Amino acid sequence: MIEVNGLSKSYGDYQAVAGVSFSAQKGEVVGFLGPNGAGKTTTIRMLATYLPPTAGAATVAGYNIVTQADEVRRRIGYLPENPPLYGEMTVREYLKFIAEIKGVPRTEMAKRVDSVMERCFIADVSHKLCHHLSRGYRQRVGLAQAIIHEPEVIILDEPTSGLDPNQIIKIRQLIKSLGETHTVLLSTHILPEVSAVCSKVVIVNRGRVVMESELSKLSRDKSLEQIFLESVSQEDAVDAAA
Amino acid sequence: MRNIWAICKRELLSFFVSPIAYFVITGFTLLIGFFFFNYLSYFARVQDMSAMIALRGGDAPNLNQFVIEGVFQTMVVILVFLVPLLTMRTIAEEKRRGTFELLITSPVSVREIVLGKFLSIAIVLFVMLATTLLFPVLLIQYGNPEIPPIVSGFFGVLLCALGFASIGMAVSSFTENQVVAGVASMVTLLLLYVIQAPAESVGGTATEFFRYLSPLEQLQDPLRGVIALKSIAYFGSMIVLGLFLSQRALEAYRWR
Ligand SMILES: Nc1ncnc2c1ncn2[C@@H]1O[C@H](COP(=O)(O)OP(=O)(O)OP(=O)(O)O)[C@@H](O)[C@H]1O
Ligand SMILES: [Mg+2]
Repeated sequence: MIEVNGLSKSYGDYQAVAGVSFSAQKGEVVGFLGPNGAGKTTTIRMLATYLPPTAGAATVAGYNIVTQADEVRRRIGYLPENPPLYGEMTVREYLKFIAEIKGVPRTEMAKRVDSVMERCFIADVSHKLCHHLSRGYRQRVGLAQAIIHEPEVIILDEPTSGLDPNQIIKIRQLIKSLGETHTVLLSTHILPEVSAVCSKVVIVNRGRVVMESELSKLSRDKSLEQIFLESVSQEDAVDAAA
Repeated sequence: MRNIWAICKRELLSFFVSPIAYFVITGFTLLIGFFFFNYLSYFARVQDMSAMIALRGGDAPNLNQFVIEGVFQTMVVILVFLVPLLTMRTIAEEKRRGTFELLITSPVSVREIVLGKFLSIAIVLFVMLATTLLFPVLLIQYGNPEIPPIVSGFFGVLLCALGFASIGMAVSSFTENQVVAGVASMVTLLLLYVIQAPAESVGGTATEFFRYLSPLEQLQDPLRGVIALKSIAYFGSMIVLGLFLSQRALEAYRWR
């Protein structure tokens, strides 16, 4: 469960995120959609307890991201924008290290590593150095890293970037199935991805939420693309007039 | 504890996959070997000369003073340059490749990250210093050195190396660039190394103060076979200060 309330982040004078509010329930896959520079990564980094917010509050898995960051960290799986790999480790060594620091019980470690490699389609590169992986494989190892400890809340920053079309379909299926039992928040700027995997969409532009809606409640005569372009351009028009 | 060990193991794996650790360890052993044989041949010459003087009632030269002390003191200079090579990448590199974000958002505390990394460097330094124990063993075959100063000297130099590593790590926590981290650590350690230079000219309590801050000065006792509480306290505080600064720098990093 994720509950975001007026979350803001400024870098000096520049306000990258300006009072974002939305929520995500268990069993939902929420798509966080927005143009480049909208503030998706910044918001996600705050929810993942990497960046402290400058204003506002949020709870993840029922815990405050600032005052109870340790509790939040125990319950999230997080894939940053750039998969955080250690190049000099093999994929198996890397995942074993992740399992250790995420508190997977020692007796289950080997089993979890094997099953997550299976699920993310990386078993064939288990002995390769992370350094030698292609972009798509790096992305999949990054995803494996985020789910290996079976966290309550899964936060993914552009999980399908760099994947080939075949992998995109498989990974979307994986994310969708994760969404049945977990809370998943994923950022993307690919519109079809939202319709393919998400049950809810939150559109952000210039650090603000411009629309939050269940996918099933969106009007049937407009495509998601139209809705996206409209909500984004409305904002820009208002700004231009001001 | 489990997290500290996990971080430490991962660091060791990185150390021994990259050529840096091998380069530093063999480089150190070779350099010390070179100086050891130099001091030894110097000692042999002095011994020959003093054999003549001894006829007139002088003291025989002491193997410990000439060779062991000399080698240990040389080690400290070499450490000033080699320890930064080991510490420069620790945290700077983590920030550069984005794995810092992974560590921070994992259920691992900053303290555990810092201690795990420090422990791994401590292990590498221990191995590195231990390789040079070969030379005292040779010395025992050759003459009869006193053993206590060798043991306490080794312990003192190890403490000194750990202090240097701790400072190097702190410097590395302030930057994302490992070259900057390496050079800045070398400069810092070099300044610390020469800090007693102005001591004699300033006079008074300032002299005492500069002397107290000098690692060479603090190693005097251990090199003579005395493990003084004063030296342990000095190097201990250096280690704690470095670890504390590293932790603070990492905690502050995200708030910018
Ligand atoms: N460390 C930083 N210092 C200053 N400005 C920053 C920093 N990080 C991000 N920004 C700015 O904040 C804004 C939002 O960036 P963010 O990375 O959150 O966008 P995004 O929605 O993830 O974009 P993309 O789709 O390209 O990934 C951008 O204008 C960016 O330039
Ligand atoms: Mg982004």
